[in-house]
Amino acid sequence: MQGILTKIVKVGLITERVKPYTDDELEHTGTALKAHIDRRFAGSLTIRQLDAGSCNGCELEIHALNNAFYDIERFGVHFVASPRHADVLLVTGPVSRHMQVAALRVYTATPDPKWVVAVGTCAADGGEFGVSYASCGAVSNVLPVDAVIPGCPPTPLALLKGLLTLIRRR
Amino acid sequence: MKNALNANALPQPIHTDGRFRWLGEFLDELQKRGATVEERPAVTLAPARLVHAAREDWGRCAQTASLNGCRWAGVWAEDRGDTLLLTACLEKRGDYLLLRTSLPAEAPEVPSQTSYYPAADRPERHTRDLFGVHFTGRIDTRRWLRHQAWREEQYPLQKSFPVMGTPPAETAPDVDYPFLHAHGKSVYEIPVGPVHAGIIEPGHFRFQAVGETVLNLEERLGYVHKGIEKIAEGRTADGLARLAGRVSGDTTVAHAWAACMAMERAAGVEIPSRALALRALFAERERIVNHLWDIGGVCNDVAFTFAYQQFGRLRELWLRNNGRWFGHRLLMDCVVPGGVATDIAAEAASEMLKEAGALRGELEELFGILENNGSLQDRLVTAGALTPQVALALGCLGYVGRASGIAYDLRRDAPYAPYDKLTVSVPCLVQGDVAARVKVRVEEIRVAIDLLERLLIDLPQGAIRVPWTAPAPGAEGLGLVEGWRGEILSFVRFAESGRIDRYYPRDPSVMNWPALEKLILNNIVPDFPVCNKSINGSYSGHDL
Ligand code: SF4
Repeated sequence: MQGILTKIVKVGLITERVKPYTDDELEHTGTALKAHIDRRFAGSLTIRQLDAGSCNGCELEIHALNNAFYDIERFGVHFVASPRHADVLLVTGPVSRHMQVAALRVYTATPDPKWVVAVGTCAADGGEFGVSYASCGAVSNVLPVDAVIPGCPPTPLALLKGLLTLIRRR
Repeated sequence: MKNALNANALPQPIHTDGRFRWLGEFLDELQKRGATVEERPAVTLAPARLVHAAREDWGRCAQTASLNGCRWAGVWAEDRGDTLLLTACLEKRGDYLLLRTSLPAEAPEVPSQTSYYPAADRPERHTRDLFGVHFTGRIDTRRWLRHQAWREEQYPLQKSFPVMGTPPAETAPDVDYPFLHAHGKSVYEIPVGPVHAGIIEPGHFRFQAVGETVLNLEERLGYVHKGIEKIAEGRTADGLARLAGRVSGDTTVAHAWAACMAMERAAGVEIPSRALALRALFAERERIVNHLWDIGGVCNDVAFTFAYQQFGRLRELWLRNNGRWFGHRLLMDCVVPGGVATDIAAEAASEMLKEAGALRGELEELFGILENNGSLQDRLVTAGALTPQVALALGCLGYVGRASGIAYDLRRDAPYAPYDKLTVSVPCLVQGDVAARVKVRVEEIRVAIDLLERLLIDLPQGAIRVPWTAPAPGAEGLGLVEGWRGEILSFVRFAESGRIDRYYPRDPSVMNWPALEKLILNNIVPDFPVCNKSINGSYSGHDL
């Protein structure tokens, strides 16, 4: 236990405010996002992530949003386990045909008002996989898409900015 | 016995360095059992060797191989017009033997190898669903990769099947898949997925349980099948490397490396030593970051969030450095045919040495905490135990095999450059539980940091890429790389004008997914997440 406490104290608070790497961008983006979430979503925006056929690269970066550097929860964004609790669906991958109906069902299960964000190049336009006997390609071929965050995969900062863009427009 | 040849009788042995000592005896034994086999020269497939077998002997070959202690490492087919070529990969003491047979395209029937190698079960079903190869003598004849996007009598990897196929506007869910059922009082079923309750890939798990105890688990995968093998056809070498880097995003370096290795062997392209060292450096960075992340993930699944946060922090720092030094946080598209796409600057190399040292220090502190935390160890020790017998029978790879007594690592046992000049120590335990898999991975991080430092200190000067020259049509190559999950096998054959005719990547997950069904038995349902995480199979790498 002592080891744990020592480590916690030693590492200190790493959640980023002004860090050379992000050049303050993270803090600006996050704060702007939070202001919109406070105003429009009573302080909390819930996201259900849906892998509809990705290579799992996009998931790795979405995961990073929850690490202590980005700590997206502090801006009022929560990842939820059920689409029934979600405002936003973050959809990755080309939609594989074997996931087509599952994706539609997740969409139906999400209460209105809801937004679909296509995350990653594959979700945006099919990417390396395109449309084939096994792949429906872009998410927009299956679900109505409200915003696109390109990148293969998009970085955590790009994800944050993409969410901000979506919320600003709404 | 017609045309039967002993390996020793071949004019020119491909290996003289003590490799394949067992092969002569193995072929003799096959002939004694009445099999028609013949070794064929296959220069570009080296270091593997190629043996042709009559198709009726396919099962017998597996039986003999299994009795001879060969590991079964994969099977794939190729549509060659009138015939279908079927190739299985066997391994013994780091020697890779390709066993090949040809089947008439109009009736591609061949005895199954599954009764001798349980590992062959799903790969055979995969080959049946995509090529129409009929494996006789199988007990389980259910579809595997095919859900409802194509019909039973359609085979997407036959050349005549158009890449667009004829899918319905909306592909129905595969609701009629015949799962095993358990009956009896108090037995109940839990269907999970394809959409899981987290940021994770899709797949289906069907549990039968009594109270909290798991009686049976059946996996159903194939949800993220996106036609990788089909859309590889007709690509350029560069295009294939890009695709290979997306077979499983968390393994982008190792898959791209395996595909490039296969293409370079097929084309006889020698890549510069600096490029080899950089590939290994990328691969070790990928190994470290995935191990960090999964150790954190295992801890998180038993609610030890301290470790999850700490390992998540180390992971993020590592990824940022990847981005800073190589332009991509996951190192995608850094490995290209003929070498690598990004060099390392001198300052970055010295910074990286510091980074490696710092990580080592942090880890010693954190590993000590994990090791001494009773509540954590209580959840990990004995949970999800995979016995060495089962691991061996399934051909488990990477840390899953190494935690259950299988001390195999390509980097040491079948070393490819630059590992042929490096010492790779391979941790191995026999307990096979979640704790053992974590321990093995802890040790593998230590080894990888040492390797990283060695690579940086001895980094050769010179070019990082040579121009790509396409091989003649028909040229084939085999790539074998120790990814962070274990052995990756990558087969490539070229068509006209340097285009890809066939690409088959076998992710280690293919061999490790079945282990989860076994190690979860008699554990409690709430331990499934941590058991699953300790294996961490790739859905995408499996489903292709
Ligand atoms: S965008 Fe890139 S990282 Fe994301 S799923 Fe597609 S290939 Fe993978």
